[in-house]
Amino acid sequence: MALSNNQKLYIGCFAVIIVMSVVFLACVNGDFGGSDDAGGGVADDYGYEAWTGDILTIITGDPNYELPGETESLLFAVQAAIGAIIIGYFIGFNAGQKRAGTGKTETEQ
Amino acid sequence: MHIMEGYLEPIWCLVWFIVMIPFFYIGVVKLRQILRDHPDQKMIVALSGAFIFLISSLKLPSVTGSSAHPTGTGIAVVFYGVGVCAVLSTIVLIFQALLIAHGGFTTLGANCVSMGIIGPLFGLIIWKLLRKAGAGVFVSMVAAAAVADFMTYVVTAIQMTLNVVTANNASFVDAFVDFMSVYAVTQVPLAIIEGLILGMFAQYLSTTRPDVFEIADKNKINPFAKEE
Repeated sequence: MALSNNQKLYIGCFAVIIVMSVVFLACVNGDFGGSDDAGGGVADDYGYEAWTGDILTIITGDPNYELPGETESLLFAVQAAIGAIIIGYFIGFNAGQKRAGTGKTETEQ
Repeated sequence: MHIMEGYLEPIWCLVWFIVMIPFFYIGVVKLRQILRDHPDQKMIVALSGAFIFLISSLKLPSVTGSSAHPTGTGIAVVFYGVGVCAVLSTIVLIFQALLIAHGGFTTLGANCVSMGIIGPLFGLIIWKLLRKAGAGVFVSMVAAAAVADFMTYVVTAIQMTLNVVTANNASFVDAFVDFMSVYAVTQVPLAIIEGLILGMFAQYLSTTRPDVFEIADKNKINPFAKEE
């Protein structure tokens, strides 16, 4: 079965993304911190002191409180899932409409 | 790229909120207009927001040994302009500030200006230029999304620089170089990855929903320009 131009494009893009991700994961040395935190660190180096903490430190009353890593990952995953569900619904809806319109199954197209 | 709570002086928080408000307002007006006049666009609007939700949650490693997240604003700004992009970005920023303490409420204006307004504005300009030059949907979206992502971090670096310059009498050039080395260098490969992801989806949309590109090509760079 010959691949369409779009399919070749998708395969090529996914290959580039996977190679880049694997290379970066393999090359990362030492602590794996985020650039958001690093930006705050640069401001600290210039002598800047944050004048208020985030909402969790205010709620808990502990100025050093940080969300446990597992909970933070879970909430990021929830955020990703909200986006992925909508995108998945859209793709599924379109595929369903296409099938209903043409009377063909996905594999026959 | 989110600036953390307390990391901007109150005066800068106010300044960035003042910059954000007109774009946010015009975005709400346009969003209401789209949903009223083009109810068939509801799904694409949701999709634009979904990409910001999904992609901005992906913390990826990069060349500097640090990590960052893409922004996912390319689709929203190309299809609906800077105003709508500002509204959708603000929803995501509030979600992250409230639940994950990522970013903040005092810095919401600054984060919205970088992620929802100025960064995407550069992406939209690139999209318009490439489409005018006859480039295809895939190439145009890859470039627009990557530029929107990268410029978001450049704007964040400028915001943080201005803050330490005024609060700590730091040298503008030194501080800007320091912040750019933290944000921008990390972001280059991630911007390319984001561009490829959104480019693929734009290519998919160009075959399944070509009508959205007619709207996208009519979209104006200036969000305050009157509709024809």
